Amino acid sequence: MTDTTTSNRLREEALRLRPSAALAPVRSAAPFLACILLAVVLQVWVRPLMGDFYAKLLLDIGTNVILAVSLTMVNGFTGQFSIGHAAFMAVGAYTSAAIVYYGSFRLWGDPLMHGGTLSAMMHGRSDPLLMSGDLLFLGSLVAGGLLAAVCGYVVGLPSLRLKGDYLAIVTLGFGEIVRVLIQSQTTDTLYDPEQIAQTPIYELPRYLGGALGFSGLPFYSSLFWAWLAAAVTLVVAFRLKYSTYGRAFLSIREDEIAAEAMGIHTTRYKVRAFVIAAFFAGVAGGIFAHTVGVQLNAQELGFQKSFDILIMVVLGGLGSISGAAIAAVILTILPELLRQPPCIWGWAMAFIVPAAVLWIALSRRRVRTAVLIALALGAWEAMRWLARETGANLADYRMVLYALALIIMMIVRPQGLLGIREVWELRRPRPLAARGDRGAGGEPGTAGGRVSL
Amino acid sequence: MIEKCLQTLIDALSVGSLYALIALGYTMVYGILKFINFAHSDVFVLGAWMSFTVAVGVGWGGAASGSPVADWVWILLGALGAAGVLMTLWERLGRGATPEAIRARVPATAVGPVLLLVAAWGAGCTALVLLAGVLRRTPSLEFLGGGVILVMAMATCGVVGFCIERLAYKPLRNAPRLNVLITAIGVSLLLQNLGQLNWMFGTRPQPMPPLVPAVPLFEIGGSTDAAGHSTAGVKIWLVDVIGAGTAVALMIALDWLVFRTKLGRAMRAVSYNPANASLMGIPVDRVISFTFVLGAMLAAAAGFLYSQKYSGLNQPAAATWVLLGLKAFVAAVVGGIGKIRGAMLGGLLIGLLEFFGAAYISPELRDLYVFSLLILVLLFRPSGLLGSTAAEKV
Repeated sequence: MTDTTTSNRLREEALRLRPSAALAPVRSAAPFLACILLAVVLQVWVRPLMGDFYAKLLLDIGTNVILAVSLTMVNGFTGQFSIGHAAFMAVGAYTSAAIVYYGSFRLWGDPLMHGGTLSAMMHGRSDPLLMSGDLLFLGSLVAGGLLAAVCGYVVGLPSLRLKGDYLAIVTLGFGEIVRVLIQSQTTDTLYDPEQIAQTPIYELPRYLGGALGFSGLPFYSSLFWAWLAAAVTLVVAFRLKYSTYGRAFLSIREDEIAAEAMGIHTTRYKVRAFVIAAFFAGVAGGIFAHTVGVQLNAQELGFQKSFDILIMVVLGGLGSISGAAIAAVILTILPELLRQPPCIWGWAMAFIVPAAVLWIALSRRRVRTAVLIALALGAWEAMRWLARETGANLADYRMVLYALALIIMMIVRPQGLLGIREVWELRRPRPLAARGDRGAGGEPGTAGGRVSL
Repeated sequence: MIEKCLQTLIDALSVGSLYALIALGYTMVYGILKFINFAHSDVFVLGAWMSFTVAVGVGWGGAASGSPVADWVWILLGALGAAGVLMTLWERLGRGATPEAIRARVPATAVGPVLLLVAAWGAGCTALVLLAGVLRRTPSLEFLGGGVILVMAMATCGVVGFCIERLAYKPLRNAPRLNVLITAIGVSLLLQNLGQLNWMFGTRPQPMPPLVPAVPLFEIGGSTDAAGHSTAGVKIWLVDVIGAGTAVALMIALDWLVFRTKLGRAMRAVSYNPANASLMGIPVDRVISFTFVLGAMLAAAAGFLYSQKYSGLNQPAAATWVLLGLKAFVAAVVGGIGKIRGAMLGGLLIGLLEFFGAAYISPELRDLYVFSLLILVLLFRPSGLLGSTAAEKV
């Protein structure tokens, strides 16, 4: 008797807690509306307060956040190993560039900007927020993403047969093939409106500038577009991670055979991870292509770009979305900082102190974290002192320092900044799986247990 | 027609044997540590640039500019030697004297022996450079200069390979392999950007002076028809013969080392199963270091030979170098990664494919053939041409 009453009570409780169906669309759309709001605020009110240099840096950070977070879906969630992510970016970039460039010619007869305030990066005009050019740009971003997603499907398919290293090599090979195919095209770009109007649409994708690069693109990318896309990527990534999809991804990462035994179609999920990640990489490519000061060239979107993205993901912690985003921010700023290392005692303390306090507060081993931060700051000052004394130009050494920092980071903190946790999970006890990270794994195949390369 | 075919064949074989030399380094490291050593192509570049620096320093390709050995080299050598002796003493004696608790926390880094080795290498290389200088000034012995420079480049890259393994990869022996891979990318970036510095090799491409005289050994074909038009035959240059000959000799030596000696057996045992090899009394760490040294030396030899065949040296961080390394890596995968003979076969195959594709289909797509072959091989025979598939254990 008590059982029935208890179960009835529980059922009523559950029904009361169930979110109302009427509000479901609002709930699912709310984060995206918030993203749009945030991006508009950033563009309309924050952008005029910044110098051009910092605005460009912030734009690059946005692009890199998209790339790092999208690669996290493949490498971090699913435990697959892609080192050809820049290829998806290249596909998206060229698709978007071709649509915007030739689309502008067909619609307006010139390749100039026809965008409103939201896509004005360098000059504050009093245009309406959105104009017809922005719609073209948005459409081109989506088209670039979709085409990249198709490529992601093609690359994901070999994961039917291949695992670990071999899949990684296929992604690398695919990236190189994309680069070579773009570069081996004709180096002509059409710029005569008459000629473009006469060339049939299916002929136009041949004229992408080839090895010389695609020049003359309008600079539509602004803080609004970059950070809108970045915020949407973050929302999608978080929702994905905590959905049934995400659980399936994570289970494949932890143990593929066990996941299969639990009824997860591993191949299908792996391909899906590739497709989703490729879509966002394609969007990031579209934004990259229309950034001020970028001359779109497939040479720059080769394996070295892929490695840059991979480094962000591993440095942030494989599987941690916030970690990847933070690493993207740090690794975009760091090379710029190393050009002319600023003094840390001035205004920089306004950033360093809160960040350090937050990090110490969140970490489990506070003393160690504090010592680490002190050491890093000391090393920074020592570097500046050394440069001053020897008269060396630190800008020449910045890539050397960057490489050294990367190696040291990998040796002293192999799990990356955050491991597999998110920022707000830092104080939680470490999950069991991660404890084996640095265990004395004897067999190379199982070393670390988690990441099967 | 037949001339073109023959010429392509010769080019393909001479470059293919260099691919094979580089691929051996990739495949040996992969066979033992199961990770892709992305820094390998930079060791190859170092070999090429090192040869260039020494050759120009002692007077090939123009007048000798000052002393071939700069003053700071002596200071550096002395400092390295002293530091090495001190570190070794500390590791041998000082570490033993510290309490157990501290000793357990301080890792045995082996920095001391590394420094000592670097100092010894520096002294040896200085001697070799001086020898090369002497040879350069003795016309009857000048042809030996190339050999001395080759040995020096190989020794240098061997030491660099040893240091990379000890300082960067060894601390990560039990870390997830993705970390080792990122470290390898870091080492690669480090080598590239160090090479770009002004006091190293600089940021400009340089012409490598020819150490092997540019004489055609013999000429095949080539005729003068009735109208007096002469068609050029296929010339086989001394450079090609020496290059391919050195590469083949090195490969035979390596094959003998791996399959006929005790050390080679130890290498194969470590590659088969490191844990069990260690139980059998094989010093695993030393074998791994030795493998790195061997791979780096082969890469250096390839770098020297490459600089002789294509004299325009690109700047150290140029993408063309990395692409070359990647193709060698593809050769290793195509042949069956981890298989030494597979790497040799793969290198020749990639060379043939690339050059015949470039000559007969389209030169712009030469990289495309290589990477398409890679994907085809991976799809239909993932373990490579000579590889064997191992059953996956649960």
